[in-house]
Amino acid sequence: MELDRSDEEVLAGEYGETRRICMEILVALGKVYGAERLIPVSSVQVAGASYKTIGDPGLEWLQNLDARAVVPAFLNPIGMPRDDWRKMKIDEGFAEKQQEILDAYRRLGISLSCTCTPYYHQLVHYGDHLAWSESSAVSYANSVIGARTNREGGPSALASALIGKTPEFGLHIVGNRIPDLVIEVDDPDATKQWGSAEYGALGYLAGKEAGNRIPCFRAIRPNRDRLKSLGAAMAASGAVALYHVEDITPEARVPFFKKSFTLDQKETVTIPVADVNALFTEIEVNAVAVGCPHLSEDELRTLAGLLSGKKVKKEFFVFASKEMIDEHHDLVGTIEKSGASVYPDTCMVVSPATDTLGSVMTNSGKAFTYLPTMCGVLPRLGTIEECVRVATE
Amino acid sequence: MIIKARSISKGTGSGRLLVSEAPISFLSGVDPASGIIIEEGHPLQGVCIKDTVLAFPFGKGSTVGSYIIYALRRNNVAPAALINAEAEVIIAVGAIMAGIPMIDNLEGGFSQLQTGMAATVDGDAGELRLEDPADS
Repeated sequence: MELDRSDEEVLAGEYGETRRICMEILVALGKVYGAERLIPVSSVQVAGASYKTIGDPGLEWLQNLDARAVVPAFLNPIGMPRDDWRKMKIDEGFAEKQQEILDAYRRLGISLSCTCTPYYHQLVHYGDHLAWSESSAVSYANSVIGARTNREGGPSALASALIGKTPEFGLHIVGNRIPDLVIEVDDPDATKQWGSAEYGALGYLAGKEAGNRIPCFRAIRPNRDRLKSLGAAMAASGAVALYHVEDITPEARVPFFKKSFTLDQKETVTIPVADVNALFTEIEVNAVAVGCPHLSEDELRTLAGLLSGKKVKKEFFVFASKEMIDEHHDLVGTIEKSGASVYPDTCMVVSPATDTLGSVMTNSGKAFTYLPTMCGVLPRLGTIEECVRVATE
Repeated sequence: MIIKARSISKGTGSGRLLVSEAPISFLSGVDPASGIIIEEGHPLQGVCIKDTVLAFPFGKGSTVGSYIIYALRRNNVAPAALINAEAEVIIAVGAIMAGIPMIDNLEGGFSQLQTGMAATVDGDAGELRLEDPADS
């Protein structure tokens, strides 16, 4: 790999041990994936933030680092709402460790945004090179915005934050972003009635078909919130870091991409609408959780409208970024008046609060995928309207 | 005997070769307190990797495995060096975080390695030195 003089100096330890290790990580990644050089990134999103996932070894590693981020860098959700953890019944020992992780990231100059939807609060542009790690955020940045990022691990993202660069391979290279397969549904007309939950269900099925390949969907017209739901589910049930939707997502509309492949010659997978519908069951649940990924302004408004004037009879968790909550106190107030709880900083997957619930209803295809394996919870998929009905009836 | 390889993590480490034909998952596959392989049904289940030159084809499992390699080092039960047939990110990043020398892509292939050989991994030069059995 070709390194410039400043990279070489960092690698030689002239800017301290932490930056030397970070550079060694980036160079090793470059070797493993055949990168020729390092390129600057405009922002970094760091995973590995919940004590539930990284534990004591992760905390200790962070505490031993000594450098500050040189590009805008922000943190993934943690295992609890940082101020209100008692309300979520998080135990004191966990909260203490989680706080130490936050302190360690603060010292490293990482913004404690604690959200999986940083794109609602950060300017990210078409063609920007990023080093993001949260799989749904990676999918959104690549697919919906047309920025360029690989799916980074926690340590490699942190290394990029402290160095400001990433090895150029994979999805940073335009030629690697063209679709590998086409995905269609057997009845495109039916998708006109779909909301985020149905698109999440489609993503759950499509991710299993696509694995780590790049799918291109045809004949569907999801809006941004539905694209978010589709991509998040595919990144969870498969390892899809980029997808396209013909005529909808930005790269699928660029002449270069249109010319570089002919969809008719690709492997085509057809997903029956009946299979999507079959994922919606009627099982009894103990709680409802929405906001995976964190809610957009529109989603928050829709939920406030549905819950307005009602009372929930089951525990109802709502997850959004702290910034989104702070900007929309009116909507949050309406939601909480119903008895539902709106939490910042965390989510149903990375918080230990979910582990004891037994069964949970959600409108998220991503949460539907992870709740059984990461939380030992039986999941039920439903639309946002059904979630509210089940909680309030 | 000197075998050329690709450098992944810097530094030099020596020990007895411990060769695994199967990939290794560090998260839930290795006990970070003792350095013993605990994955059910793994060919090396029950074997301690402390101070060995651990050779295996590649890593598998969760990316949290990188932190486990770091924990092994903090607990003084880490391998002295790592050799992969083909490095992937979990192991490469874990080795660098922990400061464990690592190489991959051995000239002449991975299959020439045998458990018990005295070995030195030079992560700076990118080579593996095997002690000549006639000298030992």
